[in-house]
Amino acid sequence: MIKARRFALGAAGAVGAILVVEAVNRLGLVDEDALPAATTILGEAGRLAVDGDFLVDVGDTLRAWAGGLLLAVAVAVPLGVLLGSVPFLGTASRFLVEMCRPIPSVALIPLVLIVFSSVTQQKMALIFYAALWPILINTLYALRDVDPVAKESLRAFGFGEGSVLWRVSLPSAAPFIATGVRIAASVGLIVVISAELLAGGGEGVGIFLMESQAGGGDTAVMLAGACWAGALGLAVNAGLVGLERIAFRWNTARVEGVS
Amino acid sequence: MLEIAALSHTYPDGHVAIRGIDLTVPDGQLVSIVGPSGCGKSTLLRCIAGLIRPTGGKVVLNGQPVTGVPEGLAVVFQDYSRSLFPWLTVRDNVALPLRRRGKSKAERREAAMAALESVGLAGAARKYPWQLSGGMQQRVSIARALAYQPSLLLMDEPFGSVDAQTREDLEDLVLQVHRAEKMTILLVTHDIDESVYVGDRVVVLGPSPTGVVADVPVPLPSERDQIETRALPEFIGTRAKVGRLVRGGHGGADVTNAGPATPDPRAADVRAACSDG
Repeated sequence: MIKARRFALGAAGAVGAILVVEAVNRLGLVDEDALPAATTILGEAGRLAVDGDFLVDVGDTLRAWAGGLLLAVAVAVPLGVLLGSVPFLGTASRFLVEMCRPIPSVALIPLVLIVFSSVTQQKMALIFYAALWPILINTLYALRDVDPVAKESLRAFGFGEGSVLWRVSLPSAAPFIATGVRIAASVGLIVVISAELLAGGGEGVGIFLMESQAGGGDTAVMLAGACWAGALGLAVNAGLVGLERIAFRWNTARVEGVS
Repeated sequence: MLEIAALSHTYPDGHVAIRGIDLTVPDGQLVSIVGPSGCGKSTLLRCIAGLIRPTGGKVVLNGQPVTGVPEGLAVVFQDYSRSLFPWLTVRDNVALPLRRRGKSKAERREAAMAALESVGLAGAARKYPWQLSGGMQQRVSIARALAYQPSLLLMDEPFGSVDAQTREDLEDLVLQVHRAEKMTILLVTHDIDESVYVGDRVVVLGPSPTGVVADVPVPLPSERDQIETRALPEFIGTRAKVGRLVRGGHGGADVTNAGPATPDPRAADVRAACSDG
């Protein structure tokens, strides 16, 4: 019941926003070129859903995003486990991590343009860098914060450090690592579209947005593309939240007090 | 046989938790260890379990010095909700330590089910620990220890976080397990009644840094009953004696007459120093 109510309220909010945009346009409050009618934008969005060129762009963006993200997971999780479970490595790397983390991915565009010749590789490298930190930080802290009583419980049965890591530390850190991956996925999507907008070249949603504005352009098409970019982000996040809820039912159920 | 000689432990921050503990426990005995809160009881248990390496003295189990976690040891911790693994079902929690016993998956599950049966939780095998009440979770911890078939069972304030009724049930469960399996049990508690009710013998520790203040035999039959045993004059007398020893002040005569072991003079000195300060 609460779920249905929540869904209804959410839908009402979205419809309300569409109506406001529509009204602002119809009443002539803003220039037609700056903000087209909501119905026009949605119409364009619908048309884009079956537009082959646009779908190629979406596919390209998603491919680079997935590749960069997977690469980040493959590097950040083992690295986080290592730094989180070996105290002196954790302390030694802390300064480096804290210094590299705030560097915005897009600031590295000039560098990746030199290093990588393929556009997809350039994008993947930027996504990798941006996605690395949330996963690394979450893994590192989750490993460090594993309940000592839980670890001791297994150690007291004579299990060694390796078994404790595999059977206690990793399972108990897993939900936090998954949250890191989800955050990284959202960040990655932002970065890939920004990179496409700024660096140009090849295919992608960002390229599509640029081209839709070229030579006078069409704001409705551009905004329709932006809507799809938002929808992608929403779908990715919802999918990962869903996976987390299934895989880590023990964690969500405990946190929410459901029994 | 468990032999503890001149055992001391000082933490790296300089905190002296235990000092000069001597204790010998014959096989199959159930020893209650009682002492004031924060006196170093848990440190003592962790040293015996080989989880921490004591800074002085030694622990010898069946002739072998304890340097790591010894074979055939199981520990039941006070904090069952942190000690059980929430991502595993009750059955898998109980079965997990049996990997150390080199058993197949089917054998592990069978042993886990038998242990759960013996603590009256066979019906909860497929549930998760967090779906059970506190008392039931602690039963799962006990079942996990039982399935492992330990020769030495250490219990660190195992009933400290359950309600009074559940506590009595769990005390009887431990007595029943002890009678059936005949393993050596060291049960740490701060509850004087409990120490006398479950113990064959009560070891009284002094305030931190702790030492053995007294070693009190419990003159009660091995069959015990929550209502009847607690009404016996022997129970009441022993409880009063242990109570005085734990509170530590008055009745130095009791300390010297307390039991077969001589009280540790250093512990008594520390106690005097503490009450002076």
